[in-house]
Amino acid sequence: MEIVGQLQKQFVDFSTSLNHEGFLDEQYLQLQKLQDESNPDFVCEVVSLFFDDSEKLLNNLATALQQQVVDFKQVDAHVHQFKGSSSSIGAQRVKNMCVAFRNFCEEKNLDGCLRCLQQLKHEYFLVKNKLETLFRLERQIVEAGGTVPVIG
Amino acid sequence: MEYCNCFESPWPADELLMKYQYVSDFFIALAYFSIPLEIIYFVKKSAVFPYRWVLVQFGAFIVLCGATHLINLWTFTMHTRTVAVVMTTAKVLTAVVSCATALLLVHIIPDLLSVKTRELFLKNKAAELDREMGLIRTQEETGRHVRMLTHEIRSTLDRHTILKTTLLELGRTLGLEECALWMPTRTGLELNLSYTLRHQNPVGLTVPIQLPVINQVFNTSRAVKISPISPVARLRPAGQYMPGEVVAVRVPLLHLSNFQIHDWPELSTKRYALMVLMLPSDSARQWHVHELELVEVVADQIAKVQWYASLLGAQNLSSLLDLGFILVAVALSHAAILEESMRARDLLMEQNVALDLARREAEMAVRARNDFLAVMNHEMGTPIHATIALSSLLQETELSPEQRLMVETILKSSNLLATLINDVLDLSRLEDGSLQLEIETFNLHSLFREVLNLIKPIAAVKKLYVMLNLSPDLIEHAVGDEKRLMQVLLNVVGNAIKFTKEGGISVSASVAKPDSLRDPRAPDFFPTHSDNHFYLRVEVKDTGSGINQLEIPKVFMKFVQSQPLAAKNSGGRGLGLAICKRFVNLMEGHIWIESEGLGRGSTVIFIVKLGIPAHLNESKLPVLHKGPGNQVKFIFSGLKVVVMDDNSVGRTVTKGLLVHLGCDVLAVSSGDECVRAVSYEHKAVFLDVSMAAVDSFEVAVRIREKFAKRSGRPFIVALTGNTDRMIKENCRKVGMDGVILKPVSVDKMRSVLSDLLEHGYLVESQ
Repeated sequence: MEIVGQLQKQFVDFSTSLNHEGFLDEQYLQLQKLQDESNPDFVCEVVSLFFDDSEKLLNNLATALQQQVVDFKQVDAHVHQFKGSSSSIGAQRVKNMCVAFRNFCEEKNLDGCLRCLQQLKHEYFLVKNKLETLFRLERQIVEAGGTVPVIG
Repeated sequence: MEYCNCFESPWPADELLMKYQYVSDFFIALAYFSIPLEIIYFVKKSAVFPYRWVLVQFGAFIVLCGATHLINLWTFTMHTRTVAVVMTTAKVLTAVVSCATALLLVHIIPDLLSVKTRELFLKNKAAELDREMGLIRTQEETGRHVRMLTHEIRSTLDRHTILKTTLLELGRTLGLEECALWMPTRTGLELNLSYTLRHQNPVGLTVPIQLPVINQVFNTSRAVKISPISPVARLRPAGQYMPGEVVAVRVPLLHLSNFQIHDWPELSTKRYALMVLMLPSDSARQWHVHELELVEVVADQIAKVQWYASLLGAQNLSSLLDLGFILVAVALSHAAILEESMRARDLLMEQNVALDLARREAEMAVRARNDFLAVMNHEMGTPIHATIALSSLLQETELSPEQRLMVETILKSSNLLATLINDVLDLSRLEDGSLQLEIETFNLHSLFREVLNLIKPIAAVKKLYVMLNLSPDLIEHAVGDEKRLMQVLLNVVGNAIKFTKEGGISVSASVAKPDSLRDPRAPDFFPTHSDNHFYLRVEVKDTGSGINQLEIPKVFMKFVQSQPLAAKNSGGRGLGLAICKRFVNLMEGHIWIESEGLGRGSTVIFIVKLGIPAHLNESKLPVLHKGPGNQVKFIFSGLKVVVMDDNSVGRTVTKGLLVHLGCDVLAVSSGDECVRAVSYEHKAVFLDVSMAAVDSFEVAVRIREKFAKRSGRPFIVALTGNTDRMIKENCRKVGMDGVILKPVSVDKMRSVLSDLLEHGYLVESQ
């Protein structure tokens, strides 16, 4: 089955590159390990949760930073949440961005925060894209009758 | 004038009448004179006569009467006045004496009469005494008969002989016509004629036991006269003569089973035999009281003898005497034993008290020693460790060759000292048994590999080969004290290396077979097999210097070194093998050395008891097989845990992680929910402490409060992405059992759970 092999190779290359580029770290691999016969869609579920959660958080952040009097504590809380969920997923770059964001929150640097928010959004959509591609590849492999290779 | 007393005779003086009077007077006088003579004669003859005086008087009276009559003879003719005077005098005297005598007789005659009655009384008495003498004599005779009978009875203790002899002797003694014995049948409802005196073959008569005459006899211990026509007495053919009187008496029959010692002499028995005794017919004989008594006594004796017989089973009188002696001796010895036991008991009590005191003192001493040793160990350890540390540091600096040598020596000596101190502490704990093995499941194969890895460098330096041979039937995992087993193995192997200059050592491990378990030199070592244990046998063979046969026993003794300390590498570990022996003994095993002699190498063999890890059925307990690089298989199935995280992603990930490990996870997002949901069924609670909205510390406190009264509180573990040290401190302060840094890998979570369940806390809070 050449197609399967090709797809699988594609998948592996892509996953490896994601890892190398820092989009996804070891944690993502751990998540993949948690997926088994009793929990076949675990990763998908978690990632979907992450997407929902993140988008909500990003909106909250935007709202919070647009306030007249910005409540940095609140902002920090959101970012904290974002950091937590992104690190749970293994979205490394997102997480790092959150760390930087929190620093600005502590300094009560509004400009810094706004800038961070932008970057955060950017990073988030990047990783979302990558993950969706990954899933698409996985689906294709499964549809082609192969098994998704396990990295690690 | 001469007065003549003769008066006018109305008729003519008859010559014949005168003659007759004359003769009569003469004879009267004669009689009167001879009576006193007779009296005197007879009184003189008798020995005792108290009334002599009376006789004299009486005599005088008679004499005078005689004299009077004599003198009267002269008055028939003419007589002179002198004769008349003499006559008168005599008459007067006679009158006096007669009156006196009459008076005296009044006194005497009652006395004489009473003498007569006394004589009669004495005669009666004599007759009575005679009679009594007769009775006593007969009684004595009876007694003699009884004694004889009992002697006869006792001389043979067989029941049949007893009874037959009894009948015989009774018949002979009492002169009976017939004597019969009726024995109760097995059913106890009838009496069977068993023995008779005259009839040679009893016809086998039976009578029912409920006859009134029989009941009458059985109800009393006395001999009872019964009618000769009653069924039990109709033993002889009816003759024309009157049958003699018949007497029946009960004879108690004893069985050993119904014999009770404290019922003696009241023999409690319900079985009686009937003995019937018949006097000869047509004799006037009647049963006398003493004869009845004899019969009763004999019947009683039979019972007693039966007891002797049944007790002894002996056949002769001497056995009876022996029995008596034995009984007395037994009683005496019992008394002696009792006294002895009382004394022993008192002694024991004293000893117990003393032992208790000694034990307490010993315990105190041991505790004091242990405290001392622990303190000393610690105190001595500190400077030694300082020395070692500093010497090692010194080694890293620039040193001249001589200085380096010196520092190396210092280091080596300090290390030695440190080891020795540890060994002493270990040994002391081993000796007083306060050392306890830490039993856990471990990988046996990897233990051997590790030991060999440690040894390989040294062996390589000495250019010795090291071989390991693990038998295929040796299971991979075992239950035991891994650390101590390794210590033993290291010690033995290290020794082997130490004392080998060329060649090498080979270590082989196998499961010991039952017959090979017994070391002929340790006959008191009895290993037993069971389903959850096996005996590991390890042989360490070296091609070294060997040991002299005589030195072998000393090898395992403390502080004894068979090799001189001159060798550079000899470590002077005098305690090493002693400790090994102690550990091996603690593991219920045995260690010994075999050597063919100096220069022939030696083999150390030890056998220790290890457990076989059982398959756990309980879902709550994990079965953990640790081991470097091994396939990790474990089961946490069904382990109930709670995860609290307000971040949905994080919550899902943690839950997924735990589910993957087999746990039964309850995920909550708020503190209240968490506290409410946690129950004693949950083994662990994972709290995310990086939550902003929830104070996880407060949750932890509340959970602890909820389980304050109960044991089996679930472990509380904090999950945090914060590497801040303060978090760890805060967690510990709040009483959490551990802190884990997020992100948590599968392996990490696995080891966390196993740590929690095995040790009850997290070994590392990374």
